[in-house]
Amino acid sequence: MKQDVVIQIQGANSFYGKKQILKDVTLDIPAQTVTALMGPSGCGKSTLIRCFNRMNDLISNFRFEGKILYKGVDLYAKDVDITDLRREIGMVFQKPNPFPKSIYENVAYGVRIQGITDREFIDGVVEESLKKAALWEEVKDRLHESALSLSGGQQQRICIARALAVKPHVILFDEPCSALDPIATAKIEELITELKRNYTIIVVTHNTAQAARVSDFTAFLYLGDLIEFGPTARIFTVPQDKRTEEYLTGKFG
Amino acid sequence: MLTEKMAELKHRLIEYATLVEGMINKSIKGLLEKDENLLEDVIEREEPKANNYDREIDETCTALIAQFEPMAKDLRTVVTILKMNKDLERMADHAVNISESSLFLIARPLVKPLDDVRSMAKTASMMLKDSIDAFVHENVALARDVCNRDDFVDTVGEKILDDMAGFIREKRDGVRRSLHVMRIAHNLERVADISTNICEEVIYIVEGKDIKHHKDEEREAEHGPAI
Repeated sequence: MKQDVVIQIQGANSFYGKKQILKDVTLDIPAQTVTALMGPSGCGKSTLIRCFNRMNDLISNFRFEGKILYKGVDLYAKDVDITDLRREIGMVFQKPNPFPKSIYENVAYGVRIQGITDREFIDGVVEESLKKAALWEEVKDRLHESALSLSGGQQQRICIARALAVKPHVILFDEPCSALDPIATAKIEELITELKRNYTIIVVTHNTAQAARVSDFTAFLYLGDLIEFGPTARIFTVPQDKRTEEYLTGKFG
Repeated sequence: MLTEKMAELKHRLIEYATLVEGMINKSIKGLLEKDENLLEDVIEREEPKANNYDREIDETCTALIAQFEPMAKDLRTVVTILKMNKDLERMADHAVNISESSLFLIARPLVKPLDDVRSMAKTASMMLKDSIDAFVHENVALARDVCNRDDFVDTVGEKILDDMAGFIREKRDGVRRSLHVMRIAHNLERVADISTNICEEVIYIVEGKDIKHHKDEEREAEHGPAI
C-alpha cells in the first residue's frame, strides 16, 4: 500500500557549533499515521523532531544543512513564515507547560493571537479542542479555573488541546509521557492513537515499549545516523540491522 | 489498543477455523457422494488458503507480543491462539489426507458401507466446531463436553480398524482400499484429538488451569470417579 508522504527529510545534517548531531538523515513521514523516533540518548531524535517546526532556530549556534519538505515546500527556505509553519505543525513537549492562565484561555490562546475576537467562535474552538483532547468532560464545569490546578496528565491534555485549537496538520510529541504516571500515560497513548485518524503524528520516545504500542512506523536513530525505518510490527519482530536488534534486546542504550 | 487487536486476532482465527471445519466436512461429503470436485477443491484451493491464514496469524501473534507486551489473561490468550493456529494447520492437512484417500476410494467399489466413517466424521467435525465455539465464548462447560466425546470417536475408529482387518483377511484384492479407509479413520481420530487439545487450552485460558496431562483426575473431580 502506497502511503501519502507529508514530510520528506532529504540529506539532513545538523550541528551545534562544531559538533555534528544529525548525519545525512533521509526519511519520508507517511500521512495520518504515528511515526516514532526512537534511540538512546544523544542519537539525535529530539534534534530531528525540532527541525520539523524549526524549534532549533532558537539555539544560537545551531546550523542545519539539507532539506525538509512539508507538502513539497522546503521548511528551511528563506521566505517561510515560522508562525504559519508552527500553526501547521504543532508541538507538545516533555513537561506539560500550560500558561498560568485559565483552562479556557490556554486553549483559546492560539486563536486569539490570530486576531480573532468573536466570542462564540472561540467558545466553539475551545470546546471542540478539549473534546478532541479527551478532556472536555473533566473540565467543562471549571473552564475558568487555572490550568495549573489540574493534574499532570490533565495539563498535558490541555497542551494537546492548545495545539489542536489552531487546526494543525501535524503534531509533534517530544517525550510526551516521561513526566506522567502510568495511568496518565495510557490516556495520552490512547489519545495519540485516536488523533492519527485526522493528523499526522510524530513521537519522540526513549521508551521502546511506548514506540511499539503507539506507532505505525518506527525510525531507529543511533549517534546521529538513521539506522532503520519501517513498519513498527516489523522493526520490533525482525529488525534488519544488527544495531536495531541489539538496541531492542537491551545489549546497548 | 490491545483490546481491539485481540478482538481482530480472534476474528481471524475464527475465520480460519471455519475454513478448516468446512474442509473436513467437504472431504467426507466428497467421499460419501463420490464428488471428485469437492475433494479437489479441498486439496487445490482450500489448503493454500489455510496456509495463508497460518502464516498471517503467526505473524500477528508475534507482532502483538512484541508491541503490546500482553499480560495475564491476554498473554494466555495470545499463546493459546499460537498453539491453536498450529492445530488448525494440522487439521487442514488431515482434511487433505482424507480427500486424497477419498479420491482413491470413489473410483473403486466399496469395501464396506461407510456408516461408521460417516458417524465418526460427524462427531469429529462437531467437536472441532464446538471447540472453536468454546474458545470464542470462553465456555468451559462446552470445552469439557467436547473432551468427553473423544472416547466415542476412538471407539468407532477401533471398530473400523477391526472391520478392515477382517476384510483384508477375507479378500486379498481389497488391501489398498481397506488401508485407505483406515487412513481416513485415523485422520478423523486426529481431528477429534486436536479438538480435545483446543478445549484443554480453552480451560487454561479461562481458569489458568492446565488439565492436559491429568485428564482423569480432572474428570473425576467434575463427574465423580470412573466406574
